[in-house]
Amino acid sequence: MGEFQHDPSVPPSAIKPVTMPAAVANVEQVQSVRTPIAIDYEVTPGEGLSRYLRGLKEKRILADVCPDTGQVVFPPRGVAPMAGKRPTRMVEVGHSGYIDSFNVTRIPIKTRPDLDPPYVSAWVVPDGANVGSIALVAGIEPEKVRVGMRVRAVWKPDDELEESATNILHWEPTGEPDVDIADLRRMGREGSTL
Amino acid sequence: MRDVAIVASAQRQERAIPSESEVEFMVPLMQQVKDATGLTQRDIGFTCSGSSDFIAGQAFSFVMTIDGVGPVPAISESHVEMDGAWALYEAWVKLQIGEIDTALIYGYSKSSGGSLRDVLATQMDPYYVAPLWPDAFAIEALAARQMVENRRVSMDQLAEIASRSRRHGADNPHAVRTRQKSAADIMAEAPVASPLRPSDLPASADGGCVVLLAAEDTARSLSDRPAWIRGIDHRTDSHTLGVRDLTRSMSAELAAQKAGVANDKVDFAELHAPFTTSEFVLADALGLGEDTVINPSGGALAAHTMMASGLIRLAEAAARITAGDGDRAVAHAASGPVLQQNLVCVMEGE
Repeated sequence: MGEFQHDPSVPPSAIKPVTMPAAVANVEQVQSVRTPIAIDYEVTPGEGLSRYLRGLKEKRILADVCPDTGQVVFPPRGVAPMAGKRPTRMVEVGHSGYIDSFNVTRIPIKTRPDLDPPYVSAWVVPDGANVGSIALVAGIEPEKVRVGMRVRAVWKPDDELEESATNILHWEPTGEPDVDIADLRRMGREGSTL
Repeated sequence: MRDVAIVASAQRQERAIPSESEVEFMVPLMQQVKDATGLTQRDIGFTCSGSSDFIAGQAFSFVMTIDGVGPVPAISESHVEMDGAWALYEAWVKLQIGEIDTALIYGYSKSSGGSLRDVLATQMDPYYVAPLWPDAFAIEALAARQMVENRRVSMDQLAEIASRSRRHGADNPHAVRTRQKSAADIMAEAPVASPLRPSDLPASADGGCVVLLAAEDTARSLSDRPAWIRGIDHRTDSHTLGVRDLTRSMSAELAAQKAGVANDKVDFAELHAPFTTSEFVLADALGLGEDTVINPSGGALAAHTMMASGLIRLAEAAARITAGDGDRAVAHAASGPVLQQNLVCVMEGE
């Protein structure tokens, strides 16, 4: 084992410092190694996500319908997670919805320099959907955002629409009365065997 | 030891599955296995999968596929960043503990989205080897060169293996390389990474495989002729290629001994051999003789879906046992460069 001690019963204070061979005693040690690795992929989104993205280009928001429970799942992923089945159909959901939960974020995100803190990350459920998604809420002071608040999608200009979830810039309050989020029927699971 | 058997399986392999996501093409396979056994996800004691983020090009990619199982109510689940055969081993151990009677296992990949040869370079040592981006075919060719120079195997023998795999693949609806080619024609092929020719290389595919394992009476109730696992073991050699004899496989030899391959005759063997050279090494390590049919499915030379190819070998062998094509089979799965890791499973009908 030479100069090295690997016995775990030896306390760290009793371990002798590692000595380098004389030939390299005064050589500066390498502090870091750079081995950049990059691999290119062409990821295809699949059937469910493809239809969703094409819908967004036409300013339509599509969601999956669970074949077992009837729950409307947004955004669609080509699978109904509650049933473990491929959805048999998709439906269009509303451009308005409600805030199911939210937080006021006060630290910047390195990869989103466009977001100026504080900003509101919310869980938005579009009208007609039972399962919602993370979304940005703007057009209101963060302190005034409430659970149950009605919001509407703010889209990019029509001539800038593409197959992208970035078509919806953010969601803003509609001014309508709040939704009663204590009503769990919104989950669409009454009568479900799951 | 509890008697554990493969009672059902389903697979899909195609050159490329561009229009469906991984979870989208796995759901029908999961459903096929559940329909064949009449089980729902609630009846299944444990779910275990094998896949790779480096192939998917996505971090934590396996969590997407769990939605395909239907994890409601919450399921007992695990995942290995290995071929699905290792997921099956984990499930087999869990069945041995005795708390569950059934397990759903799957492995899959969609390698057509990237360059698999480059992706496989990233499994090498990250400081000394991977930065040089050694091509997966070139690494295997180093082993092939030694085998040929040492006269362990001839180029003609390798061509025979390639030709036979194409012949067997012609009867396999999941095979993607089925065009018939004589050994003489393969001898005339221009090498890709000499001495390896195109026919010596794996037939890359997208797809996946789902297997249902069951114990004892549960297995008997789910299948008329379960494929009983009589021995299963996996071993690994060093990651450092230089310390290994690449013309042999100590890990495969030891796993075969532990699994009891030599205890009786072997009717057929499904070997996860991505290259003709790997098949030669494996048949030797497992001590398979003339009376054993090797790779009746065509093996990985007819269709090779990363992360599923090993599990497919187990599924293929089990399906043939269940169909009564034989009574005793060996199935093998490999992982890592030049057969670094090897899993050997002996299956029997009753």
